[in-house]
Amino acid sequence: MSVSLLWAVDVYGRVYSLSTGGQQWEQCQDAVLEFKRVTAVQQCCWGIACDHHIYLNVHSSDVPIRYQEETYENQRWNPKDNFSDHLLPSDRWHWSDITGLEHQPLDSFLLPSTNWEWEGDWYIDENFGGEPTEKGGWTYALDFPATYIKDKKWNSCVRRRRWIRYRRYKATDTWAKIPSEGHSGPLPDPFNDISCGGWEISEEPRGRLSLWAVSLQGKVWFREGIHHHSPEGEGWEEVSLPGEVVQISCGPGDLVWAVLWEGQLIVREGITRDCPQGLCWVVVDSPNPEAGAIHVAVGDNVVWAVTKDNKVWFRRGINSHNPCGSGWIGMVGEMVMVNVGLNDQVWGISCVDRAVYFRQGVTSSELSGKAWKAVNVPRDGDIRSHSSASISSLHSAGCFFSGEVQAQSVMSEDLDTEGGPQRAVLEVGTCPSSPPPEPPPIDPDVPKPRIPKVTSDSFISEMLSDRQVKQEAATTASPSIPEEEVALGEPEAKCPPPALVLSPSLSGGLGDPQWSNVDLEETQTHLAVGPAVVRGDSADTCSLSSVATYTLCQGEPYGADEHPLWAWVSGGGCGVNCHSQLNWFNSATALASSVQSMSLSISPAQTAAWRKQIFEQLSERSKREMDHFKHYEQAVEQSVWVKKGAMQWWRDWKPHKWVDVRFALEQFSGPEGNQDGILFLYYNFNEEKKYLHAFINEVTILVPVLNDSKHTFAIYTAERTKQRWPIRLAAATEVEMHDWLALLSVSCCDSRGIQGPPSKQAIWSVTCKGDIFVCEPSPSLEACPYPTPCDQMFWRQVGGHLRLVECNSLGVVWGVGYDHTAWVYTGYGGGFFQGLASSTDNIFTQTDVKCVYIYENQRWNPVTGYTNRGLPTDRYMWSDATGLQECTKANAKPPSPHWTWVADWTIDYGISGGTDREGWQYAADFPRSYHGHKTLKDFVRRRRWARKCKLTTTGPWQEVPPIPLSDVTIVLCGAQSSVEPIPLWAISNKGDVLCRLGVTLLTPAGTSWLHVGTDQPFKSISIGGANQVWAIARDGSAFYRGSVSSESPAGDCWYHIPCPERQKLQQVSVGRTSVYTVDQNGNLWFRQGLTPSYPQGSSWEHICNNVRKVSVGPLDQVWIIADKVQGSHSLSCGTVCHRLGVQPMEPKGQSWDYGIGGGWDHITVRGNSIEAPRVRMPSLTPSLTSSLTDPLRPPPPRSLLPVMITEMENGNAVRC
Amino acid sequence: MADDKDVLRDVWFGRIPTCFTLYQDEITEREAEPFYLLLPRMSYLTLVTDKVKKHFLKVMKAEDIEEMWFDFEGTSLKWHYPIGLLFDLHASNTALPWSITVHFKNFPERDLLHCPSNSVIEAHFMSSIKEADALKHKSQVINDMQKKDHKQLWMGLQNVVLCSSDKFDQFWAMNRKLMEYPTEEGGFRYIPFRIYLTMSDRPFIQKLFRPISPDGHTHTLGDLLKEVYPVAIPNDDESKHYQVVIHGIEPLLETPLQWLSEHLSHPDNFLHISVIPAPSD
Repeated sequence: MSVSLLWAVDVYGRVYSLSTGGQQWEQCQDAVLEFKRVTAVQQCCWGIACDHHIYLNVHSSDVPIRYQEETYENQRWNPKDNFSDHLLPSDRWHWSDITGLEHQPLDSFLLPSTNWEWEGDWYIDENFGGEPTEKGGWTYALDFPATYIKDKKWNSCVRRRRWIRYRRYKATDTWAKIPSEGHSGPLPDPFNDISCGGWEISEEPRGRLSLWAVSLQGKVWFREGIHHHSPEGEGWEEVSLPGEVVQISCGPGDLVWAVLWEGQLIVREGITRDCPQGLCWVVVDSPNPEAGAIHVAVGDNVVWAVTKDNKVWFRRGINSHNPCGSGWIGMVGEMVMVNVGLNDQVWGISCVDRAVYFRQGVTSSELSGKAWKAVNVPRDGDIRSHSSASISSLHSAGCFFSGEVQAQSVMSEDLDTEGGPQRAVLEVGTCPSSPPPEPPPIDPDVPKPRIPKVTSDSFISEMLSDRQVKQEAATTASPSIPEEEVALGEPEAKCPPPALVLSPSLSGGLGDPQWSNVDLEETQTHLAVGPAVVRGDSADTCSLSSVATYTLCQGEPYGADEHPLWAWVSGGGCGVNCHSQLNWFNSATALASSVQSMSLSISPAQTAAWRKQIFEQLSERSKREMDHFKHYEQAVEQSVWVKKGAMQWWRDWKPHKWVDVRFALEQFSGPEGNQDGILFLYYNFNEEKKYLHAFINEVTILVPVLNDSKHTFAIYTAERTKQRWPIRLAAATEVEMHDWLALLSVSCCDSRGIQGPPSKQAIWSVTCKGDIFVCEPSPSLEACPYPTPCDQMFWRQVGGHLRLVECNSLGVVWGVGYDHTAWVYTGYGGGFFQGLASSTDNIFTQTDVKCVYIYENQRWNPVTGYTNRGLPTDRYMWSDATGLQECTKANAKPPSPHWTWVADWTIDYGISGGTDREGWQYAADFPRSYHGHKTLKDFVRRRRWARKCKLTTTGPWQEVPPIPLSDVTIVLCGAQSSVEPIPLWAISNKGDVLCRLGVTLLTPAGTSWLHVGTDQPFKSISIGGANQVWAIARDGSAFYRGSVSSESPAGDCWYHIPCPERQKLQQVSVGRTSVYTVDQNGNLWFRQGLTPSYPQGSSWEHICNNVRKVSVGPLDQVWIIADKVQGSHSLSCGTVCHRLGVQPMEPKGQSWDYGIGGGWDHITVRGNSIEAPRVRMPSLTPSLTSSLTDPLRPPPPRSLLPVMITEMENGNAVRC
Repeated sequence: MADDKDVLRDVWFGRIPTCFTLYQDEITEREAEPFYLLLPRMSYLTLVTDKVKKHFLKVMKAEDIEEMWFDFEGTSLKWHYPIGLLFDLHASNTALPWSITVHFKNFPERDLLHCPSNSVIEAHFMSSIKEADALKHKSQVINDMQKKDHKQLWMGLQNVVLCSSDKFDQFWAMNRKLMEYPTEEGGFRYIPFRIYLTMSDRPFIQKLFRPISPDGHTHTLGDLLKEVYPVAIPNDDESKHYQVVIHGIEPLLETPLQWLSEHLSHPDNFLHISVIPAPSD
């Protein structure tokens, strides 16, 4: 889980944040002012300070916010001056924008605000469409405006060059004031409420946000132009209203609700990506006609409201088609305010004890959650030892709501006498099975010192006080009415008028009869739920004090109050869900300290020296006591063990189909102690019983192939890899399949004597399904001339789900998920291995998100224009990308049962080629190249719909927040070298080049990112031997990073390397000395002429085509994922291949050897630094020979000779 | 990168290469060949030496055979100590394989217990487990277990000899319950440990010792030794006189005792710690 922040403001206006990984509120040190409100999103937090101005706190990131300003210098040739600044009168400006229309001299560029700074001075861009230019970056043309080329020709009359300058947002992690100016001067009145959201409406421009604000006079303003490069936005635009608004809430998507002074709510409709402000308001009535709404909070699909009697309400039936929902449901709990954060999680501030509460159990299927749970962590300034207080607080644990129970029972008695039968529901809900703690005496007559008025509520309170009068309901009225602004920190200065201490609960008792209570069990839950430290004076635990009035012991200083009194909370940046492990709910008392000391003793244990020592010594012990004595007999022998089951088998002969078979694994222990076994598959052929078998020690890989109809997996042997035709089996249930896979993989590992985590030299690969496999390289894998054939490599699965994985020979392994999340490897296990009772030490929950795409196709006809009626020959009107498969919104399924939908279908505007405003792409006919605008020649159009789905699994991977990555690379080194810190480079999903600092063997995740400036986004990077860094930009050009060393981990500058002729490069991999790239057309290129003095090399040499990815290792070994490989039975796409004949003097090698394939997407051999021994003795290991003579085992068929390695070693030795 | 499961695994699969030779004074019909075997560290001598017995019986007359017992360099080996402990205690710094002498006569009644059958071993093993649980959980866990659970623990111990991951998992499925403790307490009530000294008359030292100090600190192996046998801790200025050995390894003194108890205990749930003189060179 990446760490994110919950923001809150206490009643004194101090801003605090609580990290999801933390256990205490950290005060925002920078805040010089007191704040009234904050509204947080992941990247920043907006707030209204007590001066009514809006402030913005942008969280610093390892990648700075920088914006590239550019302008063009234009020149024209004349015979006298040659090229000069003298342009023709009709020409463009000497300094202009790219179109030439805008006059843009260098000095016309000003910083947008004081929150920005220039990164450096103007400089000339020497890169032109991926090609380096010479002669000062000039590009030439016949005339303006025309096509520019990089070479000067005889007819080049004009030239231009691009100047670049970066400005950087500097006001991060600090509160920067946002000038409150509208289009026409300063805004008329100050701000009172603010809400930020809307980032899901559109991804263009990047980081776009909607910010809604409410002024004191009840006007609503929309802040325009907020996006990644303009965090402050551009200006305020007034939004017309049906009334006066007091508070507004904006969700991550298109939900915007606001509360009117009169207590109704209004819902914004018509919010789209083209119109994020929306079009109109629709009024929704307050949940309780007696008590108007005072607060609303919206999320993705939820709306919560608080009425002025402090009751909390949940709105039913909210979805993207119906932003107004269908009805209110009353919830248990009395809150001052609620806030909806990410994942529709809900936070609230209780009106009883002013603690922050988290709504537990909110899931997409149960959006209203289950129960409120107090966030109970100390603030950073708090004194921890409240041992005396803790007793009372533990005693009253759960009193928070039991207090309410009391209040309500009392109330219902009253109501009974008054004849209020509608309360029956509530009574049922509030009659606890165990009697709640004693109701403390309520003594409203005792004058209580009033604490200062809550700044942020003052206006609402005033408003309510007005309304109270109007409603003539003074006796039943609700939140208190603080009178005057009291100077902060002078609590004793005033005594409250006793009349103002009112009972909100009573007012609630007279409430709306139509509500339904869904939280009937909640009181009990709460009695059980964690210790809600109620304030020390237990008399207050269920006092009917009102919103902003607090009773405190006389003379008690506020600085040392036992728990903070909160005024506002914002979870908009807080990435939790109902499964998140949070340490927020234990009490801050002695109990907690013991828990803390416990966790201290355990968590660093993972890396502690003593632990390392034990591991080392145990492995030494194994070597000493066991490795040399393997030929000794075991004290006791073991017998045969069989597991049988029924399966379906994709039969080998045509017509291929699934047939029922019996499947058995017979296991026995070999003399060496290794488990060995044989797989049997019994089938009927022409009513004759036959069987097929495979030795466990010949199985090279087990591949799960989940799809929605069958739970299948494939078993490969070397022979089957050659055929490209595995044994494909289907189990009846997923559980059964996992049982078999777990058992078989353990047997395979046992038979090969493989245990524990992968070695540092392991080769990692990833399939297109995101499954991760590792292979232990044998020393002869890179032998020349007789390496181990690739198809004999044994792969075993590692838990988790990734798109790519990279490693080096020090054992640092990183992965990147489909959702671009970065992960660092922590150990072994996870996935279906969890069935093996393996320890969960290094296993974490891993999630991945990807999109499923379908296409909506339409054809134009002269009568009706574009419709979904195609020609009879046309593709399906809803199809996949090829058009061959029908895919409708209703029948499209997530990729496998492990994936679940997490959102609805949305139009994808990000498809290459561009789209029009409705997402359509046009073409003359299917299938053609599509473009984003309609022309006269176009007769068909299509648009892409995307739907997000999510997978949750487990694996030895821990998230490296917060920056999403698209590529990562770890420095190559020899097996014995000890480089620390270990250089690690990455590309963010936005194309920034990043260098990870602090990566060591003990902290493989590193500490922070160092941003490496580039003039354009990048997509691939690789760091090879001797800190050679090569990268590929998104435009397909290559770059070499100069002067990277351990002293200067980020190097100093980029050297542009021209691409191969007419090719755009896609990916790069740098070995010890070799550099290979793959271009977009699948060609593999080798860089010629690299020398230590000229590391950029001289030219690209074509090696072969049909390549998807390349990985070059520390021995300069070259491995690729080949696009298509033909086997004897079938063809496979995505095949692991090994370059043969690579030698120091022949780095390009000679030919390919084909390994496992069919759906492989990625491989890294960058950990394998095991050099093949030059001379080897012919040695047959005893186990292998004796296993051949084992009587339990039928003689192997000739075509399936077991353990080729033995053979190769022989062969090798013979020929050496 | 390895995890704690691997420690359990390594401990479980620990083997000592052993060479059994017949005592020279035993009467044989022909010369007895030495017998080589991998002894599981976690098991007991009499439980895993059927093959040894069979091997030597081949060269001996039936009437010359009494109860089999073993010695190492003149020290009688107590079968009721785990094999690994015997090795660590008596043979740590000697050459491998461990050379054990087999006797069939002159049973040293004063040094050794008789072991007429495996049920004696079982009784001994179960009593150790119960004692350990009494220390750890006031016997709550072991008493809550059923007879068949007890049997599974015993079967687990017997299966140590089989090189099978399944048996390891089976044993730990049950033994895990004995290793649990309430999180808020941070560890067991007392750590079941025994410290063995070669140079002492006492068979071993055993005291009540908690994993967490009253002020909430984690007790380490060093804390335990300081309390129980301070001599074993090397002073700053002098060279190491003693080795503190558990399962053939010397954990650092700062290793938390609770962790050791959970991971390096024998199947009888005791942490058997050998304190032996450091080799002089």
